[in-house]
Amino acid sequence: MLYALAVFAPLAGALVSGLLGRLIGDRNAMGASILGMVVAAVCGPLAFWQLTQGAEPGVLDLGNWIESGRFHVNWALRYDTLSAVMVAMVSFVSMLIHVYSIGYMGHDARPKYRFFAYLSLFSFAMLMLVTADNLVQLFFGWEGVGLCSYLLIGYWYDRPSACAAAIKAFVVNRIADLPFAVGLALIYFKFGSLEFSSIFPAVAAHGADTYALFGTTFSSIEVIAFLLFIGAMGKSAQLGFHVWLPDAMEGPTPVSALIHAATMVTAGVFLMARMSPLMEYAPYALGFVTFIGASTALFAATIGCAQNDIKRVIAYSTCSQLGYMFAAAGVGAYQASMFHLITHAFFKALLFLSAGSVIHAMSDEQDMRNMGGLWRRIPVTCMVMWVGSLALAGIFPFAGFYSKDAIIDATFAAGTAVGYYAWVCTLLAAVLTGFYSWRLLFLTFHGKPRASAQVMAHVHESPAVMLLPLVVLAIGALVAGFGLDDYFLQAAKAAFWRGSIFTAPSNLVLVQMEVVENEIPWLPFAPTAAGVLGILIAFVMYIVNPLLPVRMAQVFGPIYRLFLNKWYFDELYDRILVQPAIRLARLLWQVGDATLIDGVPNGLAELTSDGSKQIVKLQTGSLAVYAFAMLIGVVVLVAIFMLSR
Amino acid sequence: MPALTNIAGFPILSLITWLPLVGALIIATMLRGDEETVATNARWAALWTSLLVLVLSLVLWVSFDQADPGFQFNESVIWMPEFKVGYKMGVDGISVLFVLLSTLLTPICILSAWDAIKVKVREFMMSFLILETMMVGMFCATDFVLFYMFFEGVLIPMYLIIGIWGGPRRVYAAVKFFLYTLAGSVLMLLALIAMWVQAGTTDIATLMQTAFSPHMQTWLFLAFFASFAVKVPMWPVHTWLPDAHVEAPTAGSVILAGVLLKMGAYGFLRFSVPMLPDASTYFAPFIFSLSVVAVIYTSLVALAQEDMKKLIAYSSVAHMGVVTIGIFTFNVQGISGALFQMLSHGIVASSLFLVVGVVYDRIHTREIARYGGLGDRMPGYALVFMLFMMASVGLPGTAGFIGEFLVIIGSLQVNFWLALLGGMGMILGAAYMLYLYRRIIFGRITHADLRGILDLSTREWVVFAPLIALTLWMGIYPSSFTSYFDATVGAMVQHHTAALAATTKLAGIVH
Repeated sequence: MLYALAVFAPLAGALVSGLLGRLIGDRNAMGASILGMVVAAVCGPLAFWQLTQGAEPGVLDLGNWIESGRFHVNWALRYDTLSAVMVAMVSFVSMLIHVYSIGYMGHDARPKYRFFAYLSLFSFAMLMLVTADNLVQLFFGWEGVGLCSYLLIGYWYDRPSACAAAIKAFVVNRIADLPFAVGLALIYFKFGSLEFSSIFPAVAAHGADTYALFGTTFSSIEVIAFLLFIGAMGKSAQLGFHVWLPDAMEGPTPVSALIHAATMVTAGVFLMARMSPLMEYAPYALGFVTFIGASTALFAATIGCAQNDIKRVIAYSTCSQLGYMFAAAGVGAYQASMFHLITHAFFKALLFLSAGSVIHAMSDEQDMRNMGGLWRRIPVTCMVMWVGSLALAGIFPFAGFYSKDAIIDATFAAGTAVGYYAWVCTLLAAVLTGFYSWRLLFLTFHGKPRASAQVMAHVHESPAVMLLPLVVLAIGALVAGFGLDDYFLQAAKAAFWRGSIFTAPSNLVLVQMEVVENEIPWLPFAPTAAGVLGILIAFVMYIVNPLLPVRMAQVFGPIYRLFLNKWYFDELYDRILVQPAIRLARLLWQVGDATLIDGVPNGLAELTSDGSKQIVKLQTGSLAVYAFAMLIGVVVLVAIFMLSR
Repeated sequence: MPALTNIAGFPILSLITWLPLVGALIIATMLRGDEETVATNARWAALWTSLLVLVLSLVLWVSFDQADPGFQFNESVIWMPEFKVGYKMGVDGISVLFVLLSTLLTPICILSAWDAIKVKVREFMMSFLILETMMVGMFCATDFVLFYMFFEGVLIPMYLIIGIWGGPRRVYAAVKFFLYTLAGSVLMLLALIAMWVQAGTTDIATLMQTAFSPHMQTWLFLAFFASFAVKVPMWPVHTWLPDAHVEAPTAGSVILAGVLLKMGAYGFLRFSVPMLPDASTYFAPFIFSLSVVAVIYTSLVALAQEDMKKLIAYSSVAHMGVVTIGIFTFNVQGISGALFQMLSHGIVASSLFLVVGVVYDRIHTREIARYGGLGDRMPGYALVFMLFMMASVGLPGTAGFIGEFLVIIGSLQVNFWLALLGGMGMILGAAYMLYLYRRIIFGRITHADLRGILDLSTREWVVFAPLIALTLWMGIYPSSFTSYFDATVGAMVQHHTAALAATTKLAGIVH
């Protein structure tokens, strides 16, 4: 079956290139990995297309995985619209990024088979995640992508900063994964299964279940939803757990594009949609999802405005856009969040890869303050980056116009307090999005060149193998919006989703969206207006009057520094978590173990062995004592047997 | 009369148990020639003996009836009839896989010590074979007296392995090991006598059906606890383990982590839980507290270690904390998870000690700071290390995940916080293992002697290959292992529930 082939072809590619890479040589290993991805990129979208043409959704059983008493999960691939659309997107984008990597990694001195093996392995894990038919397999993919992300962030393992970033990413994700795993345990406890087909129909019946915690009782569905969402916050870098994502930019740029923009970080959003039959019965948890999502959207956008590293700007932008998706999921507009997930995959992968092309051209320079005026030298890169930014800012007719605006409208249409909060946040964030995107464009491509003459002389357009994926993605960023709008959100949505996303009967947010858009005529235009406003501000500050940013940074010093230093989250965590943990570890070891616990036996040991003077004594003396003790034991045993007979 | 009515048709358990001892005797008596010849022949003789034992135990593996929750392959020879003590052997779902674990790890240890042990090779190989006899015998014994002898007997060869072929502080470590474990054993001996007096037999299957009074159970439980907690080891009686590991030769560490560490938990499962249901339930919160402390405390301590072996030793204590949590949840997932965690830890921790051994054999130091940047020179090693590190961290798809996850599932049925705090190893484990890996494999080579370091040799690949295969097999298709103990664990949980119900009923009548 095509679907299974789409999932397992990347695994085959990864194994061949990873295990045989040194044997068959770099070129062949790369070829194997790309072949696997191409197969996936043909089969995945094809399987999705079949589904839209009326093929039956179903489950492909691959075999038994874990069995323990009543507990039972299978290896299985779920074939429905939600999974298939993700498979199509992941395999396709991943294939493009594989191709791009041929060019981007071309100058890297190390053997490249390792890079391609990781990349393919990542694609496999991500595909397992989205096709999971039970939560344990989802967790397998979830942790698998985490591992590959760790490996790829730390790809240049001779750089201390890359190693630190890799560990940070893995550990921060793990912190969120623990509540996630406990959430799975709670689902099993309440539902007796972790398979979707058993959980989903049973949710309504468990609506009134309670679970005791913190000395009071909560709805058990709420507790489960909260725990799952904490897991999603980790993987999707939401407020509080976001600290790993910007550091992840230490990895090669194709990695940032694939993992930390297009696919892995969207896993949390996907989880919300996948678990919608459960989330829909957890209104408080959903409110929290919206609150966190909207706050992240604004928070990350503020940081994005002050960063100078081109990749970090895009990283914070990703963080912010993920916040949008959660905000939509939280108000029940899962379709809108999935829509944005797909369009975002195109334009954010595009932005990252173009940034990679810029970095490539600039001899590995990433600081935008040293760029400027590049558009003549790398016109294609400049053009596609404009397309990506237009899509990101939500300008008609680019993709973001459809998906992002739908999210902003949905938060308003929800009509709840947290919904209005989200509306304000996302609208403000839209202004900032326009601002930081054009700040990036202006600083990089326009104005006067600020790089040294030597670097400028070397600036060159990337090879075709890199430009081709960029152009394909740019086309995606242009057409994905109006091409998919009808299916994801509008008239054809019921026939498209076919129940793979559940909306409770009381959830009318998509209907309500149309109502408010008709009632308040200016509402649909607000997001675009916000985006354009942001662009204009950037135009004034970086083109009309380039001295303005410096003066503003001085006037608004504290705020600027707050944004520049990312709201001091890293410093805070270091102070309240990392340092105390290290100090505690030393204390437990040196005082707890070595002094307190070992005090007693050490005294005894010294009595018996008389220090560590002689080995002879050990071999004869102590052993004799030991044998003697055993002998006494046996004698006592026999004696008691005799006596008590 | 010997009753040998088992599927194999011959006393297979006795054969597996005593064959290594025969091998040891052959090595002791038959080898002649100069020291070099003797050493070589001793190595080969030990390897072939252990491989033969492994093949025999594979027969056990295939012909074991998974649906039968009771003891199989029973052997019974009347030994001391007046005391109703017999030479009784048998395996059930709980013990059969540990027999296999022991017989698998022994040849691996022998192979890993091939070049590393240079003095008294003959004695070393003999110690290892005797150790195998004791380990297998302990898991097969179905008579308490017999069990006790093997349980104690294990200490002697292990004590010698640490004390003779160990590092510079081996005397201290060996004596500490000996004192700690002996202190507990004496109390178990008392418990054994008390049980015998009460039940009139030392047959384990009969003892499991014997109802001891709740008052007596409490005392028996404490006596057992003293013995098993040290062996697990549980916090705060764990400090003998890091010292023993650090001083032990690689093969010693492997067998210590792989099998000896399972003796305590096995004891809890064999004696405390089925024979003392009321006391086990009563003391469960106490065990949970100690286990949670173990998980968090020792994981943190592992984070601060500067010695590779010590780090992995502390991580073992944390992993065994998960095991003790699982055992005392008294539900199928918890106990199965604990058993699986024991098996997977047996494979993964042993492998990690082998991983340490590889570089120790080359550079002769375990100090983490002396390494760094090995990824460039040893890509194969980096891959193997990565796999076992991830298994230790509990990555799904590897052996480490299944046990940990099942224990979380089992413990949540008891208490939310138990599941959350007991699962802290997921986070802290990732922290200390990744930090270790980074300091050894990542970075640039700064120490000159690392520049010429060689990647894994063929012998080392042979050692790792079965362990790699098992780690993945256990992670991807764990049912082929859980199916062995599913029936036994199910029966155990039922027995426990029934016993508790009986006590409650009894209490109702009294009142």
